[in-house]
Amino acid sequence: MLRACLRGANATARNNCRRNPLTSVQHCRHYTAGETSGATKVVAAGLLTVSSGIGGTILYAKWDHKFRAAVEKNVPYSDLLFSLALGPSSQEGLPIKKQTELAQPPSMMDKQVKASKAKSEKKVKEAAESPAEESSPATTQPAQSIEEASVEATHIISAIGEVPSVPAPCDTEAAAVKEECKECHDHKDTPVTAVVHPNTESPVAMEPLKERPVEEVAARLAQQDQEEQDILASVSASLEESLASSAKTTLQAIGAQEAALQAITQHTHKLKEAMEAEVPPQEKSAQWKDLEAALANRTCAMNDASTALLKANETLGSLKSVIDKSKGLNIAAVHPLVLAAEENLHNMIVDLDKVVTKVQSAESEAKIVSQYSELVNEAKQQFQREVSSLTPEIQANWKGLTGKLSADDLNALIAHAHRRIDQLNRELAEQRVREQIHIDAALEQQKLEDQKALEKAVNTTLQHVKEEARLEQERKLGELREVMEAEMRTQLRRQAAAHTDHVQDVLKVQEHELRAEAEQVLSSKMLEQETRYRQLNQEQLDNFTLDMNTAYARLKGMEEAIDSHVVAEEEARKAHQLWLSVEALNYTLKTTDSDLPTIPLKSAAEAVRDSCHDNDFALALASALPEESLHRGVYSEASLRARFNSLRSLARRVALIDESHNSLYQYFLSYLQAALLFEDEQKAPPTQLSREDLDPFKLLSYASYCLEHGDLELAAKLVNQLRGETRRVVEDWLTEARLTLETRQVVSLLSAYANAVGLGTTQAP
Amino acid sequence: MSEKQLGKKVDRCLADGAIKLGTGLGLGIVFSVLFFKRHTWPISFGSGAGLGMAYANCQNDLRSHYLLHKSEKEQ
Repeated sequence: MLRACLRGANATARNNCRRNPLTSVQHCRHYTAGETSGATKVVAAGLLTVSSGIGGTILYAKWDHKFRAAVEKNVPYSDLLFSLALGPSSQEGLPIKKQTELAQPPSMMDKQVKASKAKSEKKVKEAAESPAEESSPATTQPAQSIEEASVEATHIISAIGEVPSVPAPCDTEAAAVKEECKECHDHKDTPVTAVVHPNTESPVAMEPLKERPVEEVAARLAQQDQEEQDILASVSASLEESLASSAKTTLQAIGAQEAALQAITQHTHKLKEAMEAEVPPQEKSAQWKDLEAALANRTCAMNDASTALLKANETLGSLKSVIDKSKGLNIAAVHPLVLAAEENLHNMIVDLDKVVTKVQSAESEAKIVSQYSELVNEAKQQFQREVSSLTPEIQANWKGLTGKLSADDLNALIAHAHRRIDQLNRELAEQRVREQIHIDAALEQQKLEDQKALEKAVNTTLQHVKEEARLEQERKLGELREVMEAEMRTQLRRQAAAHTDHVQDVLKVQEHELRAEAEQVLSSKMLEQETRYRQLNQEQLDNFTLDMNTAYARLKGMEEAIDSHVVAEEEARKAHQLWLSVEALNYTLKTTDSDLPTIPLKSAAEAVRDSCHDNDFALALASALPEESLHRGVYSEASLRARFNSLRSLARRVALIDESHNSLYQYFLSYLQAALLFEDEQKAPPTQLSREDLDPFKLLSYASYCLEHGDLELAAKLVNQLRGETRRVVEDWLTEARLTLETRQVVSLLSAYANAVGLGTTQAP
Repeated sequence: MSEKQLGKKVDRCLADGAIKLGTGLGLGIVFSVLFFKRHTWPISFGSGAGLGMAYANCQNDLRSHYLLHKSEKEQ
C-alpha cells in the first residue's frame, strides 16, 4: 500500500515535472537522452521509497514505542538512528526488558536485587538519621517495585521510631550528702565543745570526733576543779589569815577597851571615894596619889584602847576588803567561808561597838564624877582661900587645927561660917528658884544629848541589824544554793544513770550486731576454706581418675592395636584384591577403538563385586554402574570428541529453531545464519555464564574448547544448556557423554576407594 | 542417533518435494493441455501447488516433534 502511494506520488511528480518545463529547468536537464531518464527515474524512485520508508518508520516509532522497540531489536543500528532522530527511548520499554532479563539465571539477579535492596536500606537509614530527604534511593533505582517501596517505608518508620538512649546520671548526691553530713557534724562538734559546761557531763559522742570533747571537758573540769581548789585554798588561807589577824586585833581591842573600862571605873570609884570618904590627911594624900595613878592608868588604858581600836578597825577594814575580793571571785565553794568570815566580822564589829559604847558610857560617868570632883575641889579651894584670907596663918589642913586656934580666930571663923551659911542659904534659895529653869535647861541638854546618843545608837543598831539581815540573807542564799546544788546533782546523777543505761543498751545492740557480722564473716571464710579443701580433694581425685583412665585407655588402645593389626592384615589383603579388581575395571575402560564402545564392563564389575562382598560402600558403587555400560560398554572420550566435532556444524545450522520458530522459512534463516556467522573455533568458557553466553554458537565453541582440553564434564554441562532443535540434535551425544562420565566417575571413586583402603591398610615403616 | 534424524527428515522433504513438484508439474501440463488451451497458468499452478504441498509437508514433518498429537493429548 505504501509502495502504491509512493508510485502514485512518483507519477504525480513526473506529471508535475512534465507540466512545468519552464520553472523546473533543473529537473528536466538531462545529461543523456530519454533512455537514461528511465534509469534515473528508477534510481530516484528507489531512493525516494527508501527515504520515505525510513521516515515513515521513524514517525511511526515516535508514535508507537513498542514498534520502536521491536524495530530496534530486529534491525541492528536502528537504535542509533532513532536516538539521533527522536532522542533516547522512554521508560516504558524498560519493564519489558527487565521481564526478559528475569529469564536469566536467577542467582545473579537475586544478588543484584539484594545488593540494591541493601543499598536502598542503607541509604534510607542514613537519610532518616540526617535531615536530607530520601529521594536518592528513588532516583537511583528507577524501576522500584511496590515491595521495595514498602520495605523502604518500614525501614524509615523503624529508623525514626528509634529513641536514642539517655546516659544514666552519675550519683554525686550521696557524696554531697556525705560531705554535708560531715560538715554539719563538724559544726555540731564545735558548738558542743564550746557549750560544754564544766558542771554538766557531756553526752556520749556520736562520732569519734566527739570523744575528744569529753576528754577535753574532763580535763577542763579537772583543771577548773584544780583552779577552784587553788583559789579556794588561797582564799580560805587569806580569809583565815585576815580573820585571825582581825580576831586578834579585835580581841586585843576589846581587851584594851575592857581594861580601859576597868581603869575608868576604878578611877571613878577611887574618885568617888576620894570625894566622899573622910579620911585622915595622910591617907588622903595616898588616896590622891592612888587617884593620880589611877588617872594615869586610865589615860594610858584609854590610849591603848584607842590605838587598839584603830588597829582593830584597820584589820577589820582589811578583812572586809578581803571578803569583798573573795566575793568578787564568784566561786560557790568560797561562799560559806565568806559567809562565816562576814559573820565573824559582824560579831567582832558588834562586840567592838558594844565595848566602845560601854567605854563611852563609863567615860561619861567618869566625866560627871570628875566634874563633881572638880566642883568639889573648886569649892574646897574657895573655902580654903576664904579661910586663908581670914586667917592667913591657918594651914590648909584645918582639921588638925583644933588646939591651935585663938578665940578671935574662932569668932572670925564662926562669923565667916555664918556669913557663908547665909550666902549659901541665899544661893540655895536662888538655886531652888532657878532649879526648874536649870532642870529644864539640863533636861533639854540631856534630851539633846540623849537624842544624839539615841540616834547614834539607833544608827549603829540599824547598821547591825542590816548587817545581820544581809548575813542572814547570804546564809539563806548559801543554803538554798546548796540545796539547789544537791538537787541538780541528783538530777544529773539521774541523767547520768539514764545515760549509762542507754549507753549500755546501745553497746549491747552493737555487740550483738558486731557479733553477728563477725560470725557471718567467720562462717563465710570457713565455707570458703571448706569449699577450697573439697575442691582440692576433688581435683586430686579427678587427676587420679584421669591418670587411671588414660592408663586404661592406653592399655585398651594397645590391645585394640594388636587386634586391629590382625584385622588390618586381613583388610589389607582384601584391599589388595579390591584394588586389583578395580584396576582391571579401569583397564577395561581403556579398551576401546576410535568409534566403537568399549567391551561390556559386566565381567569386570562382577569381579569387583566379588572382591568386596562385605563392603557396602564398594558394593553400592559397583551396583551404581549404569546398565548400558555393563551390557554395551561406553564410548571413549576421543570418539565423543570426534562425534561432537561432526555434529557441531549440524547444531549450528539449526540454531534458530525452537518450539515457536520452526517453520521452513526459519530453517532457511537459521541455515543462512550458520553460513554467515563466524565464531571462534574454540573459546575458553568463562567461570560464570551470563545471558549472552547462552547463545548456541558460543556454547558450542566453549564445548569444543573443553573437549580439546579434555574436560568432558564441562563440555557436557555446556551442551546441556542448548535449547530447541539444537538440543534435540545433540541429545544422543549428550546421553552417551553422560554414560561415559557416570561410568568414569564410579570407576574413579572405586579406584580412589581402593587406593584409600590400600593406603589405610599399609603400615608405615 | 539424534543428529541423523534431521538429515533423514531433510532427505524425506527433498524426496517428497521432488515427487510433488513433478506430480504437480505433470498434472498441470496435463490439465493445461487437456482443459485449459495450453495456457501456462495451470502448469505454474500445478507446480506451485505441488511445491506448496511439499513445503507444507516438510514443515509439518520438521515441526512434528513440537506439536502435541491427539493421542498424546488424550494421554
